[in-house]
Amino acid sequence: MAVNEASTARKRARGARSFWSVMRSSPRMAIGSVVLLIIVFAAVFAEVVSPYPPNQQNLRARLQPPSAEHVLGTDHFGRDILSRIIFGGRVSLQVGFIAVGIALAVGGLMGLLAAFYGRWVDTAVSYVVDVLLALPGFLLALAIVAALGPSLVNVMIAVGIAYIPQFARITRSAVLTVIEMDYVTAAQAAGSGDNRVMFKHVVPNSLSPVIVQVTLSLAGAILSAAGLSFLGLGAQPPTAEWGSMLNSARQYIRDAHWAVTYPGLAIVVTVLALNMVGDGLRDALDPRRTD
Amino acid sequence: MLKYIFRRIILLIPILFGVTIIVFGIMFLTPGDAAILMLGENAPQAELEALRERLGLNEPAYVQYGIWLGRVVQLDFGRSIRSGRPVTREVMARLPATIELALLATLLSIAIGVPLGVLSATRPNSAVDHVATVAAFGGLAMPVFWQGLVLILVFAVALGWLPPSGRLGGWQYYILPVITLGTSAIAAITRMTRATMLETLSQDYVRTARSKGVHPRSMIYRHALRNAMIPIVTVIGLQFGALLSGAVITETIFSWPGIGRLAVDSIRSKDFPTVQGVVMVFALLYALVNLFTDVLYAYLDPRLKTRYS
Repeated sequence: MAVNEASTARKRARGARSFWSVMRSSPRMAIGSVVLLIIVFAAVFAEVVSPYPPNQQNLRARLQPPSAEHVLGTDHFGRDILSRIIFGGRVSLQVGFIAVGIALAVGGLMGLLAAFYGRWVDTAVSYVVDVLLALPGFLLALAIVAALGPSLVNVMIAVGIAYIPQFARITRSAVLTVIEMDYVTAAQAAGSGDNRVMFKHVVPNSLSPVIVQVTLSLAGAILSAAGLSFLGLGAQPPTAEWGSMLNSARQYIRDAHWAVTYPGLAIVVTVLALNMVGDGLRDALDPRRTD
Repeated sequence: MLKYIFRRIILLIPILFGVTIIVFGIMFLTPGDAAILMLGENAPQAELEALRERLGLNEPAYVQYGIWLGRVVQLDFGRSIRSGRPVTREVMARLPATIELALLATLLSIAIGVPLGVLSATRPNSAVDHVATVAAFGGLAMPVFWQGLVLILVFAVALGWLPPSGRLGGWQYYILPVITLGTSAIAAITRMTRATMLETLSQDYVRTARSKGVHPRSMIYRHALRNAMIPIVTVIGLQFGALLSGAVITETIFSWPGIGRLAVDSIRSKDFPTVQGVVMVFALLYALVNLFTDVLYAYLDPRLKTRYS
């Protein structure tokens, strides 16, 4: 028992050391991670952090410029923009995570099965992936939302489906490399079943490119979802969501630029942070890439 | 070469066939009765029934798909619910505006992205390189819809230099939409050019050329860039897909009368025959550009050229 604990502690220390050395060697990733942590913290504790409830209207304080009372100003209903951005972050992160979760689950499984079983399974999966790739991701999501109807849930499904091909392809190629390894052959020779080989040996060893893809897809998914909401096809009023905030603030652009500027900045900062972390992870996990 | 192009076109057919299944699904999955959508809530029962019969809506899904596909192959998407005109004509009327916007944005992104990438690759870690890298990162993170609004805010509202929306009326109307649409492509092309140029510049043949005393400019543009062009061309092709997506949003912001805005308006008014037509045209455009990219790729890479000639 004691030996076990000591080895876990050692492992943890080693993990922490490599974490810090990665952070030191890649300041870009360090900055990205810190920014991301702040955003996640604000989204999780939105009720505590935000100065006002997101939908609290004050028609006497419509389109107020930033002030001590409303740090980022108010919108056309007199709602506090900072509070709406904080709550909007919660929506955006949720949409991003669920969409990428769908893409990872479905696409990852497709790629795993295609690589593991080969032959007709591979052919079928590759065909589905090629068809999904025949439309640029955002347009595919747009077409799916057109079919399902405008709503935030449908946006998650649509963006999730649009990202399936990427995960199918990345998982397939990662698994194809791992499957050639001696330890997989050894496990098969030792009589392990397909499921055991796949989930105990192949999956854990194919994870790193998939993790990088998750981070980068999160950024893309948040952008796509905000874009669909901006077109009025996602989050519906009065939900505080960055894309739909921009959409409704558009007509007041002449009188209240802050209502347009700040929600957009929130998207830029979040996506930038995710891209920085994703790029950093890719450099850290894949020594061949140097750009 | 012709054999290669022909083979690529043949390979496209099953893919586009798959796309028709997705596009058919748009109508099939749309909640509500298509006949009611077309004739309105108060239409007499007999008329609704007649329309359902005519459109084959009472048939099982695969029969409906067959009927629909038969018409689509002849480029007949039916009539727009909103305007009553044939969808094909509506789409064709708007298509030139979208192609114009996408082509100009592509040209802009090549004109800025390639030289900027070369410049940062030839002076790694210089001020130019750092500025270009930061700008490219920012460009990739900036949502098209926000960037469009900010450009309107600065150049149309605050400075009053350029018109905020519209298309016909002169070159001024093109500037903001083209920049808005092109930014992410500029960023992507800059980064790809930089990365591949850095790699190419460290190759032996470049070192040989340098030691032979080849002029630096000629070395960069004749030796290195030509070989770096292949991945750059791929990125340009891929970016065209992003441009088509961006066109949907850009056209909405700038009231640009293209098929992107047509798609959004049709989705909002549940005009699904038009949505189907637009999505199919987008898929075709994307497929053609990818085909063109692949052919160009084969043309640029002598190894591929000899294999297929």
